[in-house]
Amino acid sequence: MATKLKPTDVVVIGLGAAGGVAVLPLTQAGIDVVGLEAGTWLTRRDFAPDEIRNNVRDWPQSVQKAQQEVPTHRANAKANTTRAGSHPMMNAVGGTTLHYWAQSWRLNPWDFKVASETTRRYGASRLPAGSTVEDWPFGLDELESYYDKVEYELGVSGQAGNIKGTIDPRGNIFEGPRARPYPMPPLRSTGFIDLMAAAARGLGWHPFAGPAAINSRTYQGRSACMYHGFCNKGGCHVDAKNGPHLTTIPRAQETGRLKVVTRAHVTSIDTDDRGHVTGVTYVTDGAEFVQPAKAVLLASYTYENSRLLLLSKSKAFPNGLSNNHGQVGRHYFRHAQGAGVTALFPFNINAWYGLPAQGVAVDNFADDNYDHGALDYIGGGNLWVMSDRRPISAASMGTFGRTPNWGKEWKAFIKENADRTNTAYIQKTTLPYQDNFLDLDPTVKDPLGFAVCRITADYQDNERRVTAHTQEKMIQWYKAAGAVATQANPLGTMGPTTHAYGGTRMGRNVDTNVVNEWGFSHEAPNLGVLGASVMGTSGARNPTLTVQALAWRTAEYLAKNWKSVTV
Amino acid sequence: MADDKKSGVSRRDLLKRAGMAGAALTIPLTPVTGGLASAAPATAEAVPYDNEAQLPRREPIENLTASEADLLEAICARIIPTDASGPGAREARAAHFIDRALGGALASSKPAYTAGFAAFDRYCRSSRGKPFVELSERDQDSVLIDVETGAATGFQGSSAAFFAMLRTHTLQGTFGDPYYGGNANFVGWDLIGYPGVRTNVSAEDQRLGVKLAPNHKSAYDTEMFTKATARLTTREDKTHGH
Repeated sequence: MATKLKPTDVVVIGLGAAGGVAVLPLTQAGIDVVGLEAGTWLTRRDFAPDEIRNNVRDWPQSVQKAQQEVPTHRANAKANTTRAGSHPMMNAVGGTTLHYWAQSWRLNPWDFKVASETTRRYGASRLPAGSTVEDWPFGLDELESYYDKVEYELGVSGQAGNIKGTIDPRGNIFEGPRARPYPMPPLRSTGFIDLMAAAARGLGWHPFAGPAAINSRTYQGRSACMYHGFCNKGGCHVDAKNGPHLTTIPRAQETGRLKVVTRAHVTSIDTDDRGHVTGVTYVTDGAEFVQPAKAVLLASYTYENSRLLLLSKSKAFPNGLSNNHGQVGRHYFRHAQGAGVTALFPFNINAWYGLPAQGVAVDNFADDNYDHGALDYIGGGNLWVMSDRRPISAASMGTFGRTPNWGKEWKAFIKENADRTNTAYIQKTTLPYQDNFLDLDPTVKDPLGFAVCRITADYQDNERRVTAHTQEKMIQWYKAAGAVATQANPLGTMGPTTHAYGGTRMGRNVDTNVVNEWGFSHEAPNLGVLGASVMGTSGARNPTLTVQALAWRTAEYLAKNWKSVTV
Repeated sequence: MADDKKSGVSRRDLLKRAGMAGAALTIPLTPVTGGLASAAPATAEAVPYDNEAQLPRREPIENLTASEADLLEAICARIIPTDASGPGAREARAAHFIDRALGGALASSKPAYTAGFAAFDRYCRSSRGKPFVELSERDQDSVLIDVETGAATGFQGSSAAFFAMLRTHTLQGTFGDPYYGGNANFVGWDLIGYPGVRTNVSAEDQRLGVKLAPNHKSAYDTEMFTKATARLTTREDKTHGH
């Protein structure tokens, strides 16, 4: 029998990138919050610079919940279903921000208006067939103050490219206007990054240092980055990577209004007969608890957000919570993050250290920054060159067809070339389509007996054409810097990823969206949803800062409209 | 392998307790007093590697049978051979890394290893007339090419999957942190020029043309970090259909 706990004002499900930010504006407004987190607290002692543990064996992991709920994937309704061995996200206070790359981009203006801008500039026929893309219910101007808030509260380093309309060519000349500079200068460059930036300028492009939620200098009393090379899938040993566990969550705790419950595995969001949320049910160490609340913010992750809604069936919502219009799980897409390019240089590039966020970007071929009039696709990609390599990954490099993959010749090859390769990361415009969606897997269940999420999704022609174009540009860039061989890597599947979008899309149309322009359910008015699951477009850059800006905005809306939302 | 299991249980157990491998005659041993620390030169590039004199002694077997361990040693030694360019997987103790991990993080791969070794041994005997450890290096390589390309018969599924697993774990055991039992004396990191684990890297350290001296540090040589064990199931299980 479940233990019924004392009611609270708001339950936040998941204290990661999104939920961990939302707790601060709520508690600062005098609202009591219970934060339910499946993981535990981790500290910098847990973040050893150990490639086997971090990158080979997928540590850090504080608890196994995500690993027990790995989504299944099939390319389409007739294809075979497979299941990856591990979940790309982790459970902990701070969530995956503990080991993410911390690239903290704002979306660009076009990303909010893909449908209308494409129609205006090229005609409606240029929207890819089968795509369900819509404009966001607001533009970048609406989100600007929230981006600013999060950049300063958490700490983001970077070089502004557009302050109130004044372009600064040291930054991204294509970014939308911002009110003020970043709170910290960008992370430093390296010899190799300087070489690549010079090559880009030689091509007439506009290279710039990217933004990161990592301290380029001491910030809020925490250390500057040590550039030690184990940031990628590793936590920071000096607390220079600015997740909510170091910033917004402790500040919310200081108000006395946030109760953090770790090891809490939420199994349902509960509702009454009129369709309002009444609280959540969770399990910890085998004991079941009911936590009543006046409002619930769902902030688990894209896959788990749709899954928990679909699992939370009730009289008011027989097909899953907030799913009476059949939109939960729709408009799913994952960022086309695969299809990087690897280059071989005829000299050592001294890239054994650094971090994925230490690098140089080119946005000339992203979004709608170039004319697509004569092309057969929309969108583009952000080209990103970084200093990130560890020994096992270095020794596992491809050989560009020059030697076999083992033995004497191979050994001589990696001895000579382990420090002569670099792989670029290219994030590309990815659209939602009618045939790509999330639902519950009919056979695979977690250890508690609940169905896991099933992904049905495949890239379409538009993503493949963007891929081909951006890889061609990246190869051109590497060759301009002196590369003697390049290799275009495969795009991969739309299986589980750290950049997963949709399933609870945000928009005013109740027939095509789950949450309204403030992030609250069209059907259950006191249920808010946080995370990239509300995003209808990806842009060509990492989602986390946008997720955090949206989370702040939704939480602030709840605080300011408390009576009307919780009535 | 089958004949070993019939005849060698008590012998194998004795050898395990003594810290030696079963068919150890194929692998030269250094004197027990030599120890690991003195087994390799400080910089691998200093002199052509002297295989006979500098081999570290083998560790007690933890999870494999003695003949499996011998076979694994011999395979690792062909994947990353010891040659004029320096030590290879044998000196790095990649086989020790794998043997130890099969009782922990790679436990789920144990059945694949057991079945793979048995199939590998059968294939060697039927196609080359001898067990792998008795073949010449050239013939060993030709067997491994068969296994790598999926041409070897008698495996559960494709032999290529077994080879890919062996190669992946041999690289992990050669180039991973020595904490896990491989990369002995940092020979793997020296081979590819990785200067070692550092907790603070300067701007100067990241300039072009700078070559840092190897520091031969493991992540766990400082007291900064908790030696937590990795979880038992790993992403190396990849995918399965249903």
